[in-house]
Amino acid sequence: MDRLSEVSASLVGGFEYNCIIFFCTLVMAVPLGLVITFGSMSRFKPLKWVSKTFVWIIRGTPLMLQLFVVLYAPGLIFDIPIKSRMTAVLIAFVINYAAYFSEIYRGGIESIPKGQYEAGQVLGLTKPQVFFKVVLFQVIKRVIPAMGNEIITLVKDTSLARIIGVTEIIMCAERFTKQGLIWPLFSTGLFFLAFCGILTLLFGYIEKKLDYYKG
Amino acid sequence: MSILEVNNIHKSFGKTKVLQGVDFTMERGEVLVILGSSGSGKTTLLRCLNFLETADKGKIFVDGRLIFDADNKQKPSRAEIRERQLNFGLVFQSFNLFPQYSALENVTLAPKLLAKERADFKRNKAAIYDEIEKNAIALLDDVGLKDKMNNYPCELSGGQQQRVSIARAMAQDPKILFFDEPTSALDPELTGEVLKIIRSLAAEHKTMVIVTHEIEFARNVADKIVFMSEGVIVEQGAPEEVIDHPKQERTRAFLNKLSK
Repeated sequence: MDRLSEVSASLVGGFEYNCIIFFCTLVMAVPLGLVITFGSMSRFKPLKWVSKTFVWIIRGTPLMLQLFVVLYAPGLIFDIPIKSRMTAVLIAFVINYAAYFSEIYRGGIESIPKGQYEAGQVLGLTKPQVFFKVVLFQVIKRVIPAMGNEIITLVKDTSLARIIGVTEIIMCAERFTKQGLIWPLFSTGLFFLAFCGILTLLFGYIEKKLDYYKG
Repeated sequence: MSILEVNNIHKSFGKTKVLQGVDFTMERGEVLVILGSSGSGKTTLLRCLNFLETADKGKIFVDGRLIFDADNKQKPSRAEIRERQLNFGLVFQSFNLFPQYSALENVTLAPKLLAKERADFKRNKAAIYDEIEKNAIALLDDVGLKDKMNNYPCELSGGQQQRVSIARAMAQDPKILFFDEPTSALDPELTGEVLKIIRSLAAEHKTMVIVTHEIEFARNVADKIVFMSEGVIVEQGAPEEVIDHPKQERTRAFLNKLSK
């Protein structure tokens, strides 16, 4: 019995890190992604080029490698080492997910018919008004399924933090294997399953809420 | 003074010359119908007049005031763009209603956003919004859709959607209302209800420019008909002149094709 409570305390403690990484990444990457989208859709060529290259690099390299780069590069190149490993994890995750989100947003924005913009324009709305009052809501409805997919991936990616020594749940569970206990490691799957289950229900609910109109 | 004067409008897309010098004037309360086969430049003309395209050459005057001059390369300010835009309303072929808003919200959206710029907005917000809504409901009543005002576009038929979009365009009280083939996207049995609304607007002497293929409707509603072909106005005049006694070969050929 003592063993069980010891293991669960350790796993819950580790899963706290997963949750922190998840929520912080989500809160920061969702708006940052929109900024990158505006960059990659910009008519100002240099900005567009920089944004597209950025997205290419981030999507074209493993998140695991990006974690190492964020942890070591500032110290090696600029001589300002990152003090907290958690900070490095958050920076890498936010950048990585913002790049993916930005491409989902871009797809959503480009799928809105031109007529919506034109209707707003002839009614005398400014470009920001057209975007925020007419287009954005329709984009949100269209990107929700893809975002749900990506956000569920994020839950599981949080376990990558262990690669630079953040004691998230899998790292905690692995310690027990050295004591000959394998079941704690396997049982971490339940935490992820439960979390993703809740998210699946939540996204299902949101999709249903937005289903009041078609188009 | 003419309410609208269009001078020598040219527009090309790449090498394709779509408009090659269009001139016309219209008077307040007049209904102008533009006829012409597809590709003749009718829609592009309407889009240039509504600033959805920028004409390469030419001038546009409203009430004698120059509101567009292609030679003036200075970028207009946002306020100027809005002011010139609000002279005109446009009803699209494909309605372009905002799907996430109800019929009523479609009509009130733009007036409410514009009202925010009024100096007395903060003090009188409730009263201003109230007036906008009353006006919108009256407009929806005019197009026979008061009982559908809380429905979303996806719950309305094509004809009903187009009627909402007419109410939406009217809500900004434009000096001139443009229609770009307002019935072309509708099933034949639904065109009548939309044409009826346009007829009633004509009876109220609303200044309108209508692009349509409905010849009989054009004959009934138009004060003046303009026939376009290959980016220029080939013939213009009263409906009985242009439709019944066309002088130009191209007009005759077009009308013959339509009547077949």
